[in-house]
Parts: sequence; C-alpha cells; structure tokens
Amino acid sequence: MAAPYAKLPPWVDYGLIPLVNVTVAFLVAGLVVLLVGENPIRAAQLLVQGAFGSGDGIGYTLFYATNFIFTGLCMAVAFHCSLFNIGGEGQAYVGGLGVAIVCLTFDTIFPWWINLPLATMMAALTGALWALIPAWLQATRGSHVVITTIMFNFIAASFMVYLLVGPLKPVGSMAPETRTFAEGAQLPRLDWMLEMFGLTIRSAPLNITFLLALAAAFGVWVLIWRTRLGYEIRTMGFSPTAAKYAGINQTKVIVIAMMVSGALAGMMALNPVMGDQTRLQMNFVAGAGFVGIAVALMGRSHPAGIIPAAILFGMLYQGGAELSFEMPTISRDMIVIIQGLVILFAGALEHMFRPTIARMFHMAGGGTLRPAAEPGE
Amino acid sequence: MGIFETLILILDSTVRLAIPLMFAALAGLYSERSGIFDIGLEGKMLAAAFAGAAAAAVYGSAWIGLFFAIVVSTFLALVHGFASITHRGNQIVSGVAINFIAAGTTIILGQAWFRQGGRTPALSAEGSRFTAIELPFAEAVRDVPVLGLVYSELISGHSILVYLAFAAVPFTWWVLFRTRFGLRLRAVGENPGAVDTAGISVTWLRYRAVMCTGILCGFAGAYLAVAQNAGFVKDMTAGKGFIALAALIFAKWKPVPVMFACLLFGFLDAVAIRFAGIDIGLFEVPPQFMQSLPYILTVVLLAGFIGKAIPPKAGGQPYVKER
Repeated sequence: MAAPYAKLPPWVDYGLIPLVNVTVAFLVAGLVVLLVGENPIRAAQLLVQGAFGSGDGIGYTLFYATNFIFTGLCMAVAFHCSLFNIGGEGQAYVGGLGVAIVCLTFDTIFPWWINLPLATMMAALTGALWALIPAWLQATRGSHVVITTIMFNFIAASFMVYLLVGPLKPVGSMAPETRTFAEGAQLPRLDWMLEMFGLTIRSAPLNITFLLALAAAFGVWVLIWRTRLGYEIRTMGFSPTAAKYAGINQTKVIVIAMMVSGALAGMMALNPVMGDQTRLQMNFVAGAGFVGIAVALMGRSHPAGIIPAAILFGMLYQGGAELSFEMPTISRDMIVIIQGLVILFAGALEHMFRPTIARMFHMAGGGTLRPAAEPGE
Repeated sequence: MGIFETLILILDSTVRLAIPLMFAALAGLYSERSGIFDIGLEGKMLAAAFAGAAAAAVYGSAWIGLFFAIVVSTFLALVHGFASITHRGNQIVSGVAINFIAAGTTIILGQAWFRQGGRTPALSAEGSRFTAIELPFAEAVRDVPVLGLVYSELISGHSILVYLAFAAVPFTWWVLFRTRFGLRLRAVGENPGAVDTAGISVTWLRYRAVMCTGILCGFAGAYLAVAQNAGFVKDMTAGKGFIALAALIFAKWKPVPVMFACLLFGFLDAVAIRFAGIDIGLFEVPPQFMQSLPYILTVVLLAGFIGKAIPPKAGGQPYVKER
C-alpha cells in the first residue's frame, strides 16, 4: 500500500468510513436500477415511502427488522471471536422446530405469556445445539467453521423438509406445514406502541418479539463488553495466541461463542413462527440468516450499529415489496443484490477507501499522521 | 427393466449430475491451491448459467453462450481477486457477497430483459444448445451384451462439455504438477513469502489462479443452462457450488480424487432422484437423507474421521509484502 495507514479519529473510523462504504454499495445498486431502465432516485423515493409512509409500512419495516436484529447479533457474537458463522440460516430454521415443539404441546394449555418464555428457551436451545457440532469440531479438530456451518445449513434444510412433509404435518393436509397454533401460542401485536405516535395499523404483524430483540441487543452488549466471558471472546478474536498465553480455555470460549450465536439465530424463529404465521412453514427463514451477515458487517458488530442496520434492511424488505408494485421489473430480489453489495463494500472492501480518506483528512489538517500498528487489522 | 439396465441408467444420470460439480470443483482447486478460499463458486456458476443461456438465446449459438458464461464468471472471479488480493479483504466475506450479487442480479436482469419470471427463453433453435454426441458405432454395438449398453448409453450420447469435463481432470493434474506455473501456484498457496523471495509476483500469480477459477466456473454454468437444460431458471445452481466445494475438500484438493468425489456425490443425487424412498427392510430411508449425505460426509471428513483434509497452508490469509 502506497498510502500509510494513519490513525484516524474514531468518528471517521466508526462513522465516516462505514457510511462511505454503504453509500457506494447503494450507488452501485442504483446502477443496476438504471440498467433495467428505471429511475433510481424515483425508486429510492418509492422505497422510503413504502417503508415509512404509513403505519402499516412502519409496522412491517420493524417486523422484518426484528428478524435481522437477531441474525445480525448472531453473526456479531461469532465475529467477535473471529468465527464466521454462516450457519445462522440453518440455526434459525432449526430454532423454528424448537418454537413449534413448545407451541404444539402447550398452546391449548398455557396462555401466551407462559408459552413465550418456554418457546424462547427452546428456540435458543435448538439453535445453539445446531451450532454445537460445528463449534466443537472447530475447537477440537480444527475443521473450518465456515465450511461446516454451510454444510449444516443444507442438512438443516433437508431435515426440516423431512419433518414438515412427514411427522409434523397434520393428517390429511397437503401443505408442508404444521397445524395452526391455538391462541395460547399467538403473540400479542404491538399496535398500541405505534398508535401512541398516532399511526394506524391494519395488518402489520409487528409483535412483542421486537421488544425481545431489543433486549437481546442489550444483552449482547453486556455479554461482549461487560463480562469476563465477553472479554475472553474478544481476546480470542483479537489474538488466539494471546488468549492462550493468558490461560483462556480456547475450546470453551469457541464453543460458548458459537452456541450463543446459534441461540440468537434460533430466537429469530419466534418472530415469524409465533408472531406472524402461527404455524411452522417451510423456508420461513427466507434468507434472514444471510441478511444477518450484511447487518453485522454494516453495524460493525456492535448492537448500537446492528439495530439501525437491521432497520435499514427491514426498510429495504418492506419498501422493496411496495416498490415492486410500482416498478414490476424491480422485484424483491433487488434486496439480495443490495445485500451482496453491502457485504462486498462494507465487508470485503472495507479498507478500500481508507487510505484516500486518511490522505484527505491529513491534507485538511486533521492531525498528524502516525502509522498504525498493522495494516488490514 | 433388469437390474443391469437400471444400474446403467443411474450411472448415466450420475455422469450428468457430476459434470457441473466437476467443473466447479476443479475451478475451486486452482483458487484454493493458490491460497484464495472461494465460497463464491455457487454465485459464479449461477451468473455464468444466466449469461450463457441469455447469450445463447439471443445469438442462437451455444458457443457464444459458453463464451459469455466464461466472461461473466471471470469478471466475478476478478472482483473476488480485487477484494481479497489487492485489498486484502476477508475472502469468505467476499465470496458470500458474490453469491448474493449473482443470485439477485440474475433474477432482476432476467425479468427485465426477457419478462418470463426470471427465466431465459427456451433454447429450441438448432445449434443454440450443446446436444448429445453419438460416438461412432453406438447404435451398432447396442445389442452386444453388457459392453454394448455401457458404450451406447454410458459413454456415448453426452454433450461435448461432458467430455471436456473429463478431459479437464488430467489437464488440471498436468498443469498443477507438471508445469512451472503449477509448481508456483501450489507454492504460493503454501508459502507466499518464499515465492516472493524468488522474485515472482504473488499478486499476479494469484490473479491468474482466480482467472482459471472463473473460466472453469463459466463452463460449469454453461453446462447447466445450455447443455443439461434448455435455458436458465432462477436459482438453478441450487447449492451445487457448495457441493462442489464439499467435493473439493473431500478430495483433499487433488484433481483426480476431485473427479471421484464429484462422481460419488452425483451418484448419491442420482439414487435420491431415482428412488423416492429406499426401503431397507426395517425402515424406509427418506430421500432427504440421501440428499444431505454429501454434506454429512463432508462434515465427517472435515472432522478428521476419514483421513484428514489439510487445506493449503496460506489459504485465507492475504499476503502482506514486507517493507
């Protein structure tokens, strides 16, 4: 690298550079919109209008954001241990099984406020168990967690199809899904919360898991930055050698970090399964596990960044659905492109603009240039 | 139908199903042997399939389709190279990004250009598709017991890309183990510092490796959309890029074992398609189990229970030249 890796003030590192990266990602996405012959600025207007223009729009935006907060946190916890848990998708899918087991068993016995904690525990447990084998193999046998979690995504998909066309399907039904849960396993909507702001909700399935997601975000912050375990996780992620010298039990930390990650992914299942569809359906995760990668990268693996990033992607999901009514060529798959571009520019190419910004900053007289410890870190 | 005929039919579809895996796994071999992990095989294959089918439909030529498939896939490979070689970004993250970009772009552009729900027009015109080649005397020897059927059904009657895939295996072996380029490629994946000391550019070598990956992924995609099927359907790779990756690991990053691993995974797929559920006396093996067997086998292998899969030593680490 020709340009030195100068030390920059935190607001540049954590604010400006990620913002530039994400902006570039959206500009490239705009080029794709141009390529299919639509006006990107109008598309962006329609998108924001669809996401925030009505009470229902906001409700849906936050409903989708709930999924992405969970999966984003899932990725972030693993990132802090420098593990790449691509298996969020599969862990969330299997987490749905945990939710369904509780709901199908107790939905006629208990009210929702007893079933919710039970289902949360089961979802977290099943999600964590689905992460356990890859975690254990990574920690003890050095099998790369990226590959094993990809494999576990496919295994989860086959496993869930098997269950949904077989044992979990009610007799006589054709659709690959469980029966609809009774009232005891249907979560209350948060209509009142938005109505406080004078908005009206008709169909948006925003429910109490949104608050649970916010609580989970706070919990992750406490875990990573305020506990001994979090310190160990971050040390492992920063330097496994240092962690070893410090006497940190590496196997334990890797396994726990991955299981926490899997548990967060599993809890994502509460939102669509118990909060919206009130039954377990095939492919209910619908890529939310992968959106988590983009959300965590964009939010710099910090809950304070993940929540806005998740809301942004929630906006893209909801606004994108509205947009495709107006511009039929721009279907929801546009979001997949944006997601990919965000991962590319905010993740893989995160240092691309840094030297330029550092030079500009220096020319503007923003402090002396000091070479940082090591490039790329 | 006798057991023998059934077996031949299964083996025949094994070959067809293994070809895209073989191209993609060999593609990954070049990149990973040079120290660049590539989980973007899936995306490159998908983009290539779309580009190949679209170009073949527009220009009416399978070869032009193949050309465009290779160009698009190589472009994506270069994006991966730009992120992971030039900017020393995280190779996994970059691969994931390419998978999503390909998945979304193929659908959006397909819908915008052809308006058939993400499909490309069916390739029905003469020459717009790679069709089966009848080897000489295939019909004449059909009635010869055993060998006749093997020759006429199994060996003859595939498209040119199938034969190219099998030719690519010894070719890759030769490139990797018998040429100077191959020696350097393997060296840069194990110890880039040594290659740099010898005065060879690590960057340029790795860029050439990812270009090889792009070209072969182009073949894989073109086979899917222009030979095996008559056009592109959305998300048509359906995880084949990841199975190819699994096969590559299963084969411990060696060309000839890659072929066998792909044939094995193709066989599992063929059996799963042929028998909806296999009854083994006590209970029925669900087809979903057969479909997930490649993934389970890969995890078992990675765990080191059937030999140990040791990746190239410098894999995944960007090279920082000393200053």
